[in-house]
Amino acid sequence: MDRLLNVTTVLSILLLIMVLFSVRRAHIRVEYSVSWLLTGLAMLILSRSRPVLEVITRWSGVPDTPLTLFLISGTLFLVMFFRFSVIISHLRDDNVALAQRVAILEYHIHSLEQHED
Amino acid sequence: MIRAVGPDSLLVIVPAFNEVGAIASVVRSVNANMPGVPVLVIDDCSLDDTIVAARGSGAEVLTLPHHLGLGGCVQAGYKLAYSLGFQYVIRVDGDGQHDARDIPRILDRLKTSGCEMIIGSRFVEQTGSQTTAARSLGIRFFRMVLRPILGKPVYDPTSGFVGVNRRALAVFSRSFPLEYPEIEALVVLQRRRFRFEEVPVRMLPRLTGRSTITARVSLYYIAHVLLGVFVNILKYDRRFHRANPESGG
Repeated sequence: MDRLLNVTTVLSILLLIMVLFSVRRAHIRVEYSVSWLLTGLAMLILSRSRPVLEVITRWSGVPDTPLTLFLISGTLFLVMFFRFSVIISHLRDDNVALAQRVAILEYHIHSLEQHED
Repeated sequence: MIRAVGPDSLLVIVPAFNEVGAIASVVRSVNANMPGVPVLVIDDCSLDDTIVAARGSGAEVLTLPHHLGLGGCVQAGYKLAYSLGFQYVIRVDGDGQHDARDIPRILDRLKTSGCEMIIGSRFVEQTGSQTTAARSLGIRFFRMVLRPILGKPVYDPTSGFVGVNRRALAVFSRSFPLEYPEIEALVVLQRRRFRFEEVPVRMLPRLTGRSTITARVSLYYIAHVLLGVFVNILKYDRRFHRANPESGG
């Protein structure tokens, strides 16, 4: 159990470092790094607070403490994936509308140039 | 530049992606059957010389900056037609399957029926159109699904040979499915209580290329379209209803 929690701690720290480096190098925008940082932080805190985990385990009726940690982590990641799906869908819609507008404006510019010639 | 001239201005749009082998013939055929009617080819970022072939045959070309797929491509044409003030738009596929001799019949029904959309249908009458067994099964399935939703039978819901009037153009300029748009578009119209009719048309063998709906993607197609249909039933377009309080739906 302790070994598993140590592994989770290391993984959480790795995730936090990776996200912070990515933000620093502008690979991820700050607004999209927040949910990753919160998830990494939540995993780190839970893996270092065994009594809290045990309380949650008893309260939720989950048979095993490590299982509680993985359920919480899994839920956090699912919420994040859903949030990113929403963001991607918006971006896709905006992208299509923008591409159509560019095409229409280019068409008008091309027509005006032909008209001037 | 294309212009909407007169109260019955018509634009023929031809969505095209890598159709260099067929596009010139399609444009010439439309020009021969509908002299004086502007033809707009919407190039969905083709990798071949579709643009050159289309311009060479006398069409105007709207070039998309990157590949959007059929729905985005068709909607770009609708948006341009709407902004230029066209009253009617007829869509003809760029692969040569649609017979331009049927365009006058579609236009005539658009003008006289009062319907917002006219579908060129292979199955209203037996026109000798050939389709694969899998596609035929899919069409039957969607006929069954759409019957209670649309409140009337639709014989060829996957046909891309369609004409729309300005009211439908206003809706499609703002809301049009991006992938496999034909069936979902019917539901989009039904939500506005718009009407459609089918007129019999001939379908020709495609001049080049293959259908994008292969056996491998047919299950994905069915699942995608079914989901799109039901999402459109549940969708309530607040902006539309605010702008058109009399529209109902």
